[in-house]
Amino acid sequence: MHLLALDWMMLIEKLVLIAVIITVSLVVAMYLTYGERKVAAFLQDRRGPNRAGPAGLLQPLADGLKLFFKEEIIPNSSNRFLFVLGPCLAMLTAMMSCAVVPWGSDFTMFGRTISLQIADVNIGILYVFGVVSMGVYGIMIGGWASNNKFSLLAALRGASQVISYELAMGISLIALLMMTNTLSLKTIVEQQMNGSWWNVVYQPLGFLIFFVCAMAECNRAPFDLPEAESELNMGYHQEYSSMKLGFYLFSEYINMFISSIIMATLFFGGYDIPFVNEANLAPNLAAVLGVVCLLGKSLIFIFVFMWIRWTLPRFRYDQLMNLGWKALIPLALLNMVGTAVIELWKQ
Amino acid sequence: MQALTQRSKPVSREPMSLMERIYLPAIFKGMVITFGHMFRKKPTINYPEQTRPFSPVFRGLQVLNRDEEGRERCTACGLCAVACPAEAITMEAAERKEGEENLYREEKYAARYEINMLRCIFCGLCEEACPKDAIYLSETVTPASFARKELIYGKTELLIPNPVTEPEAFAKAREARKDR
Repeated sequence: MHLLALDWMMLIEKLVLIAVIITVSLVVAMYLTYGERKVAAFLQDRRGPNRAGPAGLLQPLADGLKLFFKEEIIPNSSNRFLFVLGPCLAMLTAMMSCAVVPWGSDFTMFGRTISLQIADVNIGILYVFGVVSMGVYGIMIGGWASNNKFSLLAALRGASQVISYELAMGISLIALLMMTNTLSLKTIVEQQMNGSWWNVVYQPLGFLIFFVCAMAECNRAPFDLPEAESELNMGYHQEYSSMKLGFYLFSEYINMFISSIIMATLFFGGYDIPFVNEANLAPNLAAVLGVVCLLGKSLIFIFVFMWIRWTLPRFRYDQLMNLGWKALIPLALLNMVGTAVIELWKQ
Repeated sequence: MQALTQRSKPVSREPMSLMERIYLPAIFKGMVITFGHMFRKKPTINYPEQTRPFSPVFRGLQVLNRDEEGRERCTACGLCAVACPAEAITMEAAERKEGEENLYREEKYAARYEINMLRCIFCGLCEEACPKDAIYLSETVTPASFARKELIYGKTELLIPNPVTEPEAFAKAREARKDR
């Protein structure tokens, strides 16, 4: 039993951190559904939800309640186990990727230094990529288990889209990793904090490619082919009802939140407070402000996601594939080679 | 061919330039346009609290009128039924008895007066045909119903409240049509 000298305090600390982070991402995702409707309304000269609570702030609760009370239908011809597994997987993979995100610098409480990151693994980005690519199983299993041709077609489209865009995303990231020389997200943030510019200044093209691919990975419009309601009835979640459908929709918003956080971390300095030297602040204050800063940055990204969604129409499937394979991947490759040449030349 | 609007533009069939093929400038342009809409004045009306004002010529639900003393004005002459192009109005006349002078204005009155709201086209010809100013169209929209039977309006639904016995209800009913 004494093989592992467990630090019990650390275990508790991590468990609390996990609970807090999961709660925060769930609440943020909940209010993103409200935000999405509000942004959509404002961009279209409407008012959006304003009935439930002041300015409609209780709307997400009402929506959630409604989803819970709706009748749950599992089609007879479906594979029950997989049918239930699909939304669970989507939700799980969406939640898992927040484990390696550094939410802030170290926080000192009760004489202990608490790192505001669940796990500072030295392959952080690889972990994120691994989990994100698992996300496609949620879509695929959901579409397959429904035993419905339209769902299956939509799931196929979704899967091929996610896989195609993951390539460009990975290659654009390699260029960034060549600069940072590390896979740990925390180290990447710290490099950007110490007097140097944010990575987006050195990697504008890389960021653009990453941004577009992140949008495609989250199945956000204009890349929301798996849920094309006009062409494929509803997409991969056509047979789903009540909270199982809610999980699918919800996981999309969590994905959006997490990918915004990752983008902020990789390219926009993570919890770095712009124009402020954190060393001059009290460490705890700096940590809290850093978390606020990271959330603020991610909210800006989320707004841009929504803004694009309500501006651009959906791509046609061949256009999507053309953009992925014939534009983004060559561009990402060029960006990678260019960065490599510059890095070599600097040495 | 004559253009339908002044805004129509001729379609250019030239191949796209590099700038156009990158698409990003056009996307940014579109995004600027949508962003501008965020701060526009919203034309939305918060319906139950605010209502859109009706035009003065709006024709809604019919109302059977009373005079100042609360007597029914209708004499069951049948001119409204004759004028009605949809044949929605039916009535039965009756003679006023002794002691009913405070109820009916003339010696003849409508014992039964029905308008079939399923047929009514709200043309307002009944209002124009009426020599006694007894029927007019209010600003109320016909309420929906689950049963067809309920949409045949009798005198209980049509008569305006009595100004003598129910002054408050009468004032409220008049409020719906101020200009009359």
